[in-house]
Amino acid sequence: MDLSSISPVLLVASIMVSATPILFAAIGELVVEKSGVLNLGVEGMMITGAVVGFAVAVNTESPLVGFVAAAVAGAVLSLAFGFLTQHLLSNQVATGLGLTLAGLGLSALIGKPYEGMKSPTLPKLDLGPLSDIPGVGKMVFSHDIMVYVSILLVAAVWAFLKFTRGGLILRAVGESHDSAHALGYKVVRVRMIAILFGGACAGLGGAYLSLVRVPQWTEGMTAGAGWIALAIVVFASWRPWRILIGAYLFGGVTVLQLNLQAAGAKVPVALLSASPYLITILVLVIISARGAHGAPASLGRVFHASN
Amino acid sequence: MDDTLLSIQGLTKAYPGVVANDNVTFDIGKGEIHALLGENGAGKSTLVKMIYGLVAPDRGTMTLDGASFAPPKPSVARQAGVAMVFQHFSLFDALSVAENVALGMENPPKPRDLAARIRDVSEQYGLPLDPARDVSSLSAGERQRVEIIRCLLQDPRLLIMDEPTSVLTPQEVEILFETLRKLKSEGTSILYISHKLEEIRSLCDHATILRHGQKVGDCTPSETSARELAELMVGSSFATPKARDVQLGEVVLKVQNLELPALDGIGTPLRDISFELRKGEVLGIGGVAGNGQDELLMALSGERLSDPGMVTFQGNDVSRQGAGQRRLPGLLSAPEERLGHAAAPDMSLTENGVLTAGKRAGLVQNGFIDWGKSRRFAEDVIEKFDVRTPGPNVAARALSGGNLQKYVVGREIVQKPELLVINQPTWGVDAAAAASIRQALLDLAHGGAAILVISQDLDELMEISDCFAALNEGRLSQPRPVQGLDMEQIGLMLGGAHDMETAHVAS
Repeated sequence: MDLSSISPVLLVASIMVSATPILFAAIGELVVEKSGVLNLGVEGMMITGAVVGFAVAVNTESPLVGFVAAAVAGAVLSLAFGFLTQHLLSNQVATGLGLTLAGLGLSALIGKPYEGMKSPTLPKLDLGPLSDIPGVGKMVFSHDIMVYVSILLVAAVWAFLKFTRGGLILRAVGESHDSAHALGYKVVRVRMIAILFGGACAGLGGAYLSLVRVPQWTEGMTAGAGWIALAIVVFASWRPWRILIGAYLFGGVTVLQLNLQAAGAKVPVALLSASPYLITILVLVIISARGAHGAPASLGRVFHASN
Repeated sequence: MDDTLLSIQGLTKAYPGVVANDNVTFDIGKGEIHALLGENGAGKSTLVKMIYGLVAPDRGTMTLDGASFAPPKPSVARQAGVAMVFQHFSLFDALSVAENVALGMENPPKPRDLAARIRDVSEQYGLPLDPARDVSSLSAGERQRVEIIRCLLQDPRLLIMDEPTSVLTPQEVEILFETLRKLKSEGTSILYISHKLEEIRSLCDHATILRHGQKVGDCTPSETSARELAELMVGSSFATPKARDVQLGEVVLKVQNLELPALDGIGTPLRDISFELRKGEVLGIGGVAGNGQDELLMALSGERLSDPGMVTFQGNDVSRQGAGQRRLPGLLSAPEERLGHAAAPDMSLTENGVLTAGKRAGLVQNGFIDWGKSRRFAEDVIEKFDVRTPGPNVAARALSGGNLQKYVVGREIVQKPELLVINQPTWGVDAAAAASIRQALLDLAHGGAAILVISQDLDELMEISDCFAALNEGRLSQPRPVQGLDMEQIGLMLGGAHDMETAHVAS
């Protein structure tokens, strides 16, 4: 095995790129779950975002317009989930699974004409002197804008939940919807907004895959990234900065094992491919064993404002 | 009147099938602690929900400080100076005290200022509380302080307290009363809801008594005895019990010095309860709700175990036997709470039948359920007790309260118990169905079963019981034959031994 073939600079740079789709989806799902809703349809919303973003970017030749369209598409899909679970009181787990299946099928249908095409991709952002720092500049400061948007989004969600009244109300709704209702807060409205935000974020994550990371459209290209985002929300104990760590850890192991495969490590390829999942599960178990859950108390429970 | 704060005129609210409040009228003065007294289901909660804007009245008007007052939602009521401490706390476990307080305010100050204000108010009113602590680490009394401080920070003119002492220790009750008296001295009015008579007598200036949604009286509690209050609450009019020809057989149930601590420190402990019940006898147990009724049923049904020798059934000590073991020889029970206690809400009537009748009615053999037989059992109950339902496959949740009550009572009666322990047999059932349930109980007793009926309804107890006893703070009075009992004696029994002595001195 030749470890010297792995360049640390490229490794860190590609970790950031590979973690960004999961980071988008996970931070969105964090907000949804903080409001007490469990949306298992992240995978479906991601891939819908991926195909819609790709199609719009190809047709308008503007990747940024593609990202906006992807966010809208994810939000529209999540609206269906929100209507079913919040207004028709359907089971959140079943509805979320259905959303994933619907999203996978829908994306395959929309994406058929776009297979094999190449999308316009985002330019690298020129951060002036920062980008010129040797090593670090190439590692951290020469990415496209969406990488930084995803990190800013984590900071914004953290600040929103911790410092604003809106964030407090959102957490209260997720903690005890009956109490929140008794105090006169609109439980269903708060949750619908959270669900829409989660859908938009998942759409952005999907579009990042099809427009930047790959960048082309193949059927089923999310390949479980939505499920990993869901797992990371749990592994992060519903805390925004830990989401960042979780996404970068998963992204890091994914990139590292690819590099190790390329370097010819004497470990079975199947085991290397499974390592990101194994490590994520391992960390999850360790966190659970320490008892630091912090799951919103009303997570996944159906709310109906009957006295 | 100038010193009236809130005036309620003819407030009426009907839900499908029940009138929760019927033309209720009363005034709350400024700086007055006004008691709203009544049994469970008398309409107290609905009334305060209307004042707090959670429920809109069908008819009637309210005037707050001379101005018309009809809050469409709680925030409007809060802005008008009405604050409410809920019976079941509306707190968020994972959030801190300060965050919980902020959620209940319309325009909360900055977190740092809010923490300081919480400290000020908590010191001022003798309610120690740390704003940074998570609510999950607080005791029931401390949680209530969070609610109270949340209300006080908004300088309310009227503070509504819904059964505030039901979860408190006696020391915490004292602290609470001190706080309420201090508030009163500062001119805040308090609407205090309770069915605990002694509390109301020591704390409140004025009382309005509700029964079946109607105002049945008002009084000055400190000048009224607990017995009179109890009479007003439960109603004094009942038919004179007719003498019955009762053939009493051997002793079926013997309870000796039954003691049981309160569950999780909440609720009422049972204290030194002793009585006997013979074949063919109906013992009626009355008393104001929350005096140990649920606990007594649990101790007899086997849901909670007592020390050896306390409960003897047909000569065998069953104190350490669970509910299933007691059911087999015929000690059956029907608890008060229909959904979740007497019946599993999401299971069908057939399944619910199997749950209590499985062994005794032979529906389960060698560990297998005979579904055909179970279905016939359920259909039998449905037919005999006129349960209005499309069929035995309907989930228990889908039945109306009264119909489900007929089913859970019928389910036990059909099993031909040797002893039936039943709490509130006709609660929420219409008059005709109630009469048929009572008749079924009487027929059962006539057939030689012993029956213990716990009820809030004195008329019902007088109609079907041979003997009457009252529960008061977990103590059971000596059972006495209902023939010859008059209202005064019953009132004395309901008020408890303590009240009985003072009344004797007075008379």
